Formats: sequence, structure tokens, C-alpha cells
Amino acid sequence: MTVVRQLRAPAAVSDPPDDDLAAIEVHDLRMRYGTTDVLTGVSFTAQRGEVVALLGPNGAGKTTTIEILEGFRIRSAGDVRVLGVDPGHGDERWRSRLGVVLQSWRDHGKWQVRELLAHLGLYYTPYSTPRIRRPWDVDDLIDAVGLTPHAGKRVSQLSGGQRRRLDVAIGIVGRPELLFLDEPTAGFDPEARREFHDLVHRLADIDDTTILLTTHDLDEAEKLADRILILAGGAIIADGSPDQLSRRVAADAEVRWSRDGDRFVHSTGDATAFVRELFQQYGEAIADLEVRRASLEDTYMAFVREYESGRSASALRAFEEVTR
Amino acid sequence: MRAARAGLTRGRIELRHTLTNGQDLWNYIFPAVLLLVVIFFMRNATVPGTSFSLGSRTMPSALGMNVAFGGLVTMAMALTVDREDGTLLRAKAIPNGMVGYLIGKITLVAGMGLISLTIQLVPGLLLLDGLSVRGASSWLTLIWVVLLGMVATMPIGAIFGSLVTNPRNMGMIMLPLMGLIATSGIFYPITNFPVWLQWLAQVFPIYWLGLGMRSAFLPGDMAAVEIGESWRHLETVGVLGAWAILGLVVAPIVLRRMARRESGSRVAERREKAMQRIT
Repeated sequence: MTVVRQLRAPAAVSDPPDDDLAAIEVHDLRMRYGTTDVLTGVSFTAQRGEVVALLGPNGAGKTTTIEILEGFRIRSAGDVRVLGVDPGHGDERWRSRLGVVLQSWRDHGKWQVRELLAHLGLYYTPYSTPRIRRPWDVDDLIDAVGLTPHAGKRVSQLSGGQRRRLDVAIGIVGRPELLFLDEPTAGFDPEARREFHDLVHRLADIDDTTILLTTHDLDEAEKLADRILILAGGAIIADGSPDQLSRRVAADAEVRWSRDGDRFVHSTGDATAFVRELFQQYGEAIADLEVRRASLEDTYMAFVREYESGRSASALRAFEEVTR
Repeated sequence: MRAARAGLTRGRIELRHTLTNGQDLWNYIFPAVLLLVVIFFMRNATVPGTSFSLGSRTMPSALGMNVAFGGLVTMAMALTVDREDGTLLRAKAIPNGMVGYLIGKITLVAGMGLISLTIQLVPGLLLLDGLSVRGASSWLTLIWVVLLGMVATMPIGAIFGSLVTNPRNMGMIMLPLMGLIATSGIFYPITNFPVWLQWLAQVFPIYWLGLGMRSAFLPGDMAAVEIGESWRHLETVGVLGAWAILGLVVAPIVLRRMARRESGSRVAERREKAMQRIT
């Protein structure tokens, strides 16, 4: 077993690692600035093709985590593998397989949209493989992000939403296997947000791109992510699909109905039993029935509150024992 | 290799951008106009101890100064601005992007230097008496002085640009530079200055760039009013070469350190600060 691994190791350097390897593996990641611990032991993995959302209150360490994975920040301790490579020592080939969506401000203001994307694509041509043709054809790319009518415009003339679409285009021009999105839709109007979500879905479906995103928008996380990580106090306090997470907190469902023109609201742990009883009692008189399960927002708040009241460590341990 | 070519392309595109917007065009033309105005007011003055026009002496000296200015200030400005607005971070996020960015920036700054040089030189040659380009050797001198001057100043400018984090702090560099220009014999010969000031001027590249440009354009006997009564080409190569070596050794270290620290949150921080200044 060991021998096989040793023989395989050199090949992994030049060839793209096997598909069954996780895209991101983080084990006990720690980050300390001076005497402040920002990350106190973050562990998680992201499989290839998975869309993972990293949630958490401000200052929880989301951006620090993502910047360490991008190779932009050197960690204090812990094991990190991004596409099989330590991001602290990633070479240019590794870099060519990543996409980072940065928030533009006024950079490249004099460049035309098409000119800029064509230029940035040049850097990826040496890293084209038979499986992944790099870079993305510039006109297809502009079309994919919906900037075709603005291809000839200068970047400084774009609106906020158009500029963010350009940011995404720059992030994916090299057809990344792994894409980082740090608060991608901050400042979007609802329509731009919807278009952006469609774009992310397309990337995840067609190109099987692994995506790690941070966001404050819980609806967005629920819509986009296969899996959700909640980061609080420098560690992951919850990890699972939106469904799994909501089942883990004993949040009440909300039942709304009307009877004889009056409206009622009731919170209950067992909505099915409550509604059955309701019908038995009033039958036909019940109208406008609505049952709302705990939303991701409720779940998220429950986790964060639980963490803040200091019970997170024991709760997490209990959960792990149950799942084991 | 591919990244180097991409860098050249980048420099060419950005150079074209400078020729297609008013602000940049004005930045090219304004110094040329200013120089002509200065020389116009000097029209009746002569270089002390000679009957040679002071204006005609100032012209090549100012060209040398502008080479130094371009290398130091344009380069430093470009780096601080690109760092503040995230251009540099974009370069860092793509494979070999930093190599491409740097080559692009060198191409851009060198190109801008040559364009301004031409804009200032041509009217000078047409309007001023006493300036002579005496065949191939003059042009050769012009070329090596300009090239060596760029190599001597651009890395130093890049170092300043990496150390200054806020573009609005560029004054810290501009003020001493102005003082240096005043003592470097650009607008007036320094042979009458106190000796210690002459020595100070001769430490820095601006004096030597002025001297080198004068040697290319002025008649040979004008060397008599220079320090040591000679154009001192050997010393020019020595001092500019020393600055070039110093810059080329230190710049990569400083640039690498600066680039390593770039990240999205740093750019966001600076953006926040800049927004506060605006409102």
C-alpha cells in the first residue's frame, strides 16, 4: 500500500489529480494574528462538483478561510489541500485550475470588456488540457455572463451589476475546476441576483465546477448550495445539507389557518399531528391552511445562538456520537 | 515565455489607452508646453561664462530630468494606484499574472517616457538655436543615456511604489524629488553651488541624466562649464549603473514581499478608506 502510494506520488505533480480526490480538504486549520485567534481549528472537505456555502456572523473567519484556500494568506497551522496541493506552495499550474471572483472597484477602467477578457485568457493557454480547453472562448464567455451588448464598452462605463458579471467572467475565464466566490451578490438588486444564481447553477451543472462561496444571504445559500457550513468563533459548528441541518435543530414549524374569517397562527414541534387534530375538530371550517417548516434562517439562528450560549462544543460532540 | 508575451501585449494595450483619452493626452502635452514656456522666459539669458543660450542648455537637461521623473514617479504612482484598486490582486489570481503585470508595466512606463521625450524634443530641436544632433554618435549617446536612465530609475520607482500604500502619500516622494531637481543642475549649472551640494547632486541619477543628455545635444566645447570640464561619460555609466544594480537587486525582494501580502480583504479595506475620503 505504501509502496504504491510512493510510486504514484510523482505522477500526481504533473497530471491533474484523480477525480475521486476531494477538491478541498481542510484539517484543523488555525490562524492567529498577533495574539488573536481567528480560526481555532476548521475542518471540512468539499467533493468535486459540490457547491458549498460558508455561512457565519461577521468576524467569524469566513474571508480568512477563503483567502487561505486561495493561497493569498499563509495559515498559522493545520493541513490544507486544495485540488491536492498545499495552497501555501501552489505553483502556476495549480493557480491555473482555480478561479477567484474578486470585487472590482475601478481597476482596468480604461479597458474594454472584450479586450480585457481576451487578454486575461492568454495566461491560461499553456494550461489547456485535452479534457479542459483553456481559456474559455471569449465571445461564449461574454454571452454566458450576459454581457454581449456591452462587450465593446469600457469597464468604467458598466453599471454595478454588469461589473459584477464581469468579475465572474474574469474568475471563470480559465475554466476553473474550483471557483471561490466571496460574498458574490452583495449589493445586487433582486433581478441581478436571480441571473447570478442561474449562472452559478449552469457552472456547477455543465462544467462540474466545485464552488465554495461565502454569503450573508441565507436564501441564496439554500438555493445554491449542496452543503452548508456554519462558521462561528473560528470553527465549523455545523456541516450538512440545508435539510439535514434543519432536522438537527428542534425548531418549531409555523401553522397558519383561518376559520370563519378569523386568522390564526400556531407554533408546533409536530405540525402533522396538530393539523390532523385541527381538521378533526373543525373540519370544513378550516381554510387558507399554510404550514411553514423551519427555514434555513431559523436553523442558522438556532445554531449561532446555541454556539453563543457556549453549548456548541458539547452539542457537536453529541451529534457526532449519534451519527457514528 | 507566454506570460512575458502577454505582458508586452498588456503594456501595448495600456499604452494605446493613454493615447485615446483626454486626461492622459494632457499629461503628455502639459510638461512639453511648460518646458517651452520656461525656455521662452530664459531666451535672453546665457550660461555663465559663455555666450551660449541658457534655454538651449536647459532643454536637454530637462529631457534627462523627465526620464528620471518618468522612471521614478510614473512607476511608483502606477504601482500604488494598481495596488489600491485591485489590479495587482487580479494579476496575482491568474497563472504567471505577476510576471505579465510587471513586464506590462515596464513596457507602459518606458513607452510613455519615449512618447513624452519625443513630444518635448521635436519642438525643442525646431525652435532652439545651438542644439545640434551631430550624426550617429549623438543619437547613440541619446539612446544609451535614455535606456540606462530608465533601467536606473524604474526599479527604484517600483520600490517606492511598493512601500507607499496610499497614492495620496506620494507627496512624501515628490517633495524630496523637487529638492533634488533644484540641486541637480537641470535649470541652472551647479558649478557655482557649494561643493557639498554638488557632491550630493552627484550621488543621484537626475544630475547624470541631465549631463548625459547635454552631452548628446550640446556642442562639444560646452563641456568646459561642467564639473571636471568634461561630459564624464564613464562616471555617468558608473553612477547610473550602480543605481540600476541596486534597484534590480532590491526591487524583486520588495515587490515579492508586497505582492505576497495582497488579498481581497486588503483591497476591500483600502476601498473602504478611499470611500471615506470621497464622502
